[in-house]
Amino acid sequence: MSMRTPLGRVRGLGSAKSGTEDFWWQRLTAVALVPLSIAVIVIGMGLLGRNHAAAVQILGSPLVAIVMLLFIVTSAYHMKLGMQVIIEDYVHGESAKLTLLIANIFFSIAVGAAAVYAVLKLSFGVV
Amino acid sequence: MAEAVKNPRPLSPHLQIYSPMLTMMMSIVHRITGAALYFGTLLVAWWLIAASTSPNAYATFQDFVGSLVGCLILFGYTWALIHHMLGGIRHLAWDLGYGFGPAEREWLARATLFGSIVLTLLLWIVGYLMMGGQR
Repeated sequence: MSMRTPLGRVRGLGSAKSGTEDFWWQRLTAVALVPLSIAVIVIGMGLLGRNHAAAVQILGSPLVAIVMLLFIVTSAYHMKLGMQVIIEDYVHGESAKLTLLIANIFFSIAVGAAAVYAVLKLSFGVV
Repeated sequence: MAEAVKNPRPLSPHLQIYSPMLTMMMSIVHRITGAALYFGTLLVAWWLIAASTSPNAYATFQDFVGSLVGCLILFGYTWALIHHMLGGIRHLAWDLGYGFGPAEREWLARATLFGSIVLTLLLWIVGYLMMGGQR
């Protein structure tokens, strides 16, 4: 027997059954980003002092490109979740909060998509 | 929510009530480094886009990163990344229920701060040597 009132059921309010989803993904992406960030530091340092042709060759090679793609996508999701928590903590005006939450998602996806495009172009395209 | 704004109610004590503690400062720094890395991602995107565009675009990026301002930003990014990573590992340990004792949490906070500074300096020394000791 359901304890929910008819009004509550009609409005669709109540648990969305996904209350811990952001918490879980924040931790999951954090775990993934430990080895990925170390790998990207190594890749970045490997390019120190090298010219454009060498950078293109290294960044476009399969293993490096795959690591970069994983790093970018994981980072974009991790930073979207993190900035969302910051916004929700400090911005209390409804319109400002909504605007920033939207801007956060747009920024994260835009930066991530731009970086992914660059890596794919380095891998498949002609620079 | 709308009613709460109209009639301000007493709030729970916030930061200014407490005297600063190391673990508290580290928590704040974890958030600040996270926000810094958020915008630092633009640097990573610029790096990749420049490489995928042209030798000239890549040279522009290299000139910026090699400049004084660029070096400072890159150094800050390196430290923020390492600090946020070590702080994140600390948080993952806490999530699993480890390291909550008074001595442990203090030790973890010091290790995070010390480790981030030492590792950042080490990386930059190695990077400097890889550049042939000159820029």
